[in-house]
Amino acid sequence: MEVYLDNSATTRCYPEVGDLVYKVMCLDYGNPSSMHRKGVEAEHYIKDSKDRLSKILKVNPKEIFFTSGGTESDNLALIGSARANRRAGSHLITTAIEHPAILNTMRYLEEEEGFRVTYLPVDANGRVKLDALKEALCQDTILVSIMYVNNEMGAVQPVDEAVQIVKSYNPSILFHSDAVQGFGKYHIYPKRQGIDMLSVSGHKIHGPKGIGFIYINEKTKIRPIVFGGEQQKNIRSGTENVPGIAGMGLAAEMIYQDMDMKVALMRDLKSYFLEGISKIENTTVHGLTDENSAPHIISVGVAGIRSEVLLHALEDKGIYVSSGSACSSNHPSVSGVLKGIGAAKEYLDATLRFSMSELTTKEEIDYTLETLYNCIPMLRKYTRR
Amino acid sequence: MRFHSFLIKYGEIGIKGKNRYLFEDALVRQIRFSLKDVDGDFYVHKAQGRVYVECTGEYDYEETVEALKRVFGIVGICPVVRVEDRGFEQLSKDVVSYMEGMYPEGNLTFKVEARRSKKQYPMTSMEINSELGGVILDAFPGMKVDVHNPKIRLNVEVREEIYLYSETISGPGGMPVGTNGRAMLLLSGGIDSPVAGYMIAKRGVQLHATYFHAPPYTSERAKEKVVDLAKLVSRYAGPIQLHVVNFTDIQLYIYEKCPHEELTIIMRRYMMKIAEYFAKENHCLGLITGESIGQVASQTMQSLAATNSVCTLPVYRPLIGFDKREIVEIAEKIDTFETSIQPFEDCCTIFVAKHPVTKPNLERIEKSERNLEEKIDELVKTAIESAEIITVEQSKTP
Repeated sequence: MEVYLDNSATTRCYPEVGDLVYKVMCLDYGNPSSMHRKGVEAEHYIKDSKDRLSKILKVNPKEIFFTSGGTESDNLALIGSARANRRAGSHLITTAIEHPAILNTMRYLEEEEGFRVTYLPVDANGRVKLDALKEALCQDTILVSIMYVNNEMGAVQPVDEAVQIVKSYNPSILFHSDAVQGFGKYHIYPKRQGIDMLSVSGHKIHGPKGIGFIYINEKTKIRPIVFGGEQQKNIRSGTENVPGIAGMGLAAEMIYQDMDMKVALMRDLKSYFLEGISKIENTTVHGLTDENSAPHIISVGVAGIRSEVLLHALEDKGIYVSSGSACSSNHPSVSGVLKGIGAAKEYLDATLRFSMSELTTKEEIDYTLETLYNCIPMLRKYTRR
Repeated sequence: MRFHSFLIKYGEIGIKGKNRYLFEDALVRQIRFSLKDVDGDFYVHKAQGRVYVECTGEYDYEETVEALKRVFGIVGICPVVRVEDRGFEQLSKDVVSYMEGMYPEGNLTFKVEARRSKKQYPMTSMEINSELGGVILDAFPGMKVDVHNPKIRLNVEVREEIYLYSETISGPGGMPVGTNGRAMLLLSGGIDSPVAGYMIAKRGVQLHATYFHAPPYTSERAKEKVVDLAKLVSRYAGPIQLHVVNFTDIQLYIYEKCPHEELTIIMRRYMMKIAEYFAKENHCLGLITGESIGQVASQTMQSLAATNSVCTLPVYRPLIGFDKREIVEIAEKIDTFETSIQPFEDCCTIFVAKHPVTKPNLERIEKSERNLEEKIDELVKTAIESAEIITVEQSKTP
C-alpha cells in the first residue's frame, strides 16, 4: 500500500489539471504577448485563471500576479514593498516561525538593505503572541508579515486579530500573509480581512510546481524585483508560465469545490489519527488540535527515535511523511519552530509531520497507525545508548 | 589554433620489457573507453612505439583533453597540428603559421626537434632542424635559438603527413586500468574511500566496490550519494561493480549482543568478511580501504590489526600515512569532495558509542563475537544473498 502523507511538502496533481497543462503546453502554446491569434488564445488562459482566483478571494482580477511559486511571491511582497515604502520607514515585523522564504528574505533586507526587523515569538501552541506585536509596532513600521498556517505544525495564526492591531495602530502599515499552507483549506478574503498582500503556491493545492501567485491590493505601493519585458504591468516581468497558470487556476477552483465538506472530512480523519496516536506511549502532538490547527497537518513527537529513522522505516512500508518541514529538511538541523514553542528536548529531533489532503482515506490512516504500532516498539529497542 | 591529433606520452609502460604491448594495448583500450562519450570521431592507434589519437572532423577540444587527462598511464598529452607534405617551402610556411598561432608574443627561446619515420624525405633530421630554425628566426625577429634549455621545443615529425607539436599537457600518470588485476574497494560515503579507490586504480587496478547501508537508519539518498561517488571514481577507473549490502540486521544483532564500545570494531570485522566474500567471488586479489592511522578510534594501529585479522586477502590502504588535509586535496582534485561532504548519516555512525575502544584486544573481541554464534552466520549469509549489484559507469561530464 502506498500512503502519501506529505501533502504539506507537495500534492499530487489533479488528473484534470495535468490534462489541461498538457493541452496548453502542446496545443495552445502561444506566447500571451504575441499579437496573433495563438497569443490571444494563450492570454485567454491567463485571464480565465485570474478570474477563477479572484472569485475565490473576492478580489479584483487585476490584483492577481503570477510568480514562480510561494518563495517568489514572498520575496516580491517583502522586498518589493519594503523598497517602495522606504521613505515611510524602515522597520519590518514578522514571526519567528515563518517559512525560510520569509525568514531568509527578511534577513537579507536586514543585512543588505539596512531595514530593522522584529521577529515575534510564539506561544506554546505555535501561535504568534499578539502582545508582542503590539509592543513591536512603532512610528517607523511599514510592513508586517504573518503566515496564515504554520507549515511545520499546522498552527493557524490569529491573522484577523493581528490585522486589527496593526491597522488600528496605523492604517498605512502594509500587512502581508504567506498563505501557502492556508489557501485551499480556509476561506480567505484579503479585502474583507485587511490583508494587503497574500502569497499562494500552485503545487500545494494539487496544481503544478513552478507556479504561484500573489494578491497585491491595488493601493499597495510595490516595486518589481525582476526586470525584463514588463509583463504583468511591470510588477513581474518574464513570459507568463501559461500552462502553470491555467493548471493552478483549475486546481484552485477544484480544491474550493465543496471545500467545507472536504475539510470537515479531513478534520474527522485527523481526530481519528490523533486518537490512534494517543495509544502509543511517550508520544506527543505539538500544538493545538482544535479548530485553531490546520485540518491537514499533524506534528507528532515520538520520544526515543530520531525522526529520520522513523521516516525511513515508514517509507519502507510505503508511507511517505516529513521530518519537520520538508523545505528545511535538506539541512538536518533541529527545527526552529519546535524550539520556538518550547517543545521538550526529547522531541526536538524526533518529530514527524503527517500532512493529509482531500485524497487521504481512512484505510490509509488505519494502515499508517498499524505500521506505527509495529515500528515504534521495534525501533525503540535499538536507541542510541 | 585547431589541432588534428593528440600524441600520447606514457611513462612507466615504456620500461615493462616484453609485457610492453600488453600495457600499450590496455592504454589504447582505456583511451577509447574514455572518449566514448566525447563529441567527435576519434581513431586511437599505436605507431612506432607511440599512441596517437587522431581526430577526424569536428570535435570538442576541451572535452577531449579533459577525458584524456583522466586516463591512467598517460604522462603527457601533446596537441598536434597535422600538415600535408608538399615540399619544404610549404612546410616552412606551415611552421611559421603554427608558431604565429601558438606564440603570438613571438619573443621566446626555441629549438626545432625533427624526426623522420618517412626516411625517403629529401632532407635529414639535422637539415630540417637548422633550416626550419632559420625560417623561424627570419619570421620572428624576437625569437632566439637555445638548444639546451629552450622555452619551446618544436617537434616536427615527418610521417605520411607532417606532425607539428610543442606543448605538453600533463596527464595523471600511473598505469592503464586493467594491467594489474582487480581489487575490492570498501566504499562509504566519506571523503577517504573514493580517494583510496582512485589511488589504487591509478596503479592499473580494476575496481569493484562494496557499500553497506542500514535502512531505515540510513536513507535512500545516502545510497545514491555512494553511487554518485562510484560514478566519479569510474571516470578514472572505468566501470565499477558496486555491491550494496543491507547491514541493518547484522548491526542490530551486534548491538544487542556485544559490548557497546566494541560495536564499531566488530561491525568493521564483519564488513571486511563480507567484502572479502564478494572480492573472492569476483577474482579480486585484494581489498582497498580508505583508512589512515589514528584518524578515528577504529583506525588506530590496534584497531586496524583487529579488523585486518579477519581477512586472508591483502588489504591495501593507500592513505595510511596521509593527513586529512592531504586526502581532501586529492578529493578536490578528482572532484569527489563536494559529493562526499553531503550530510547523510552513514551506517558506521548510527549506534556509535561515546567512548569506543581505541586499543582493542583481539582475544577480547573474539570472545565478544562468540555471543553472536547463534545467528550471525545466517545473517551474514542473508546479507550476501540479498546484496544488490549495480554496475556504475562514468556518465558524461556531470
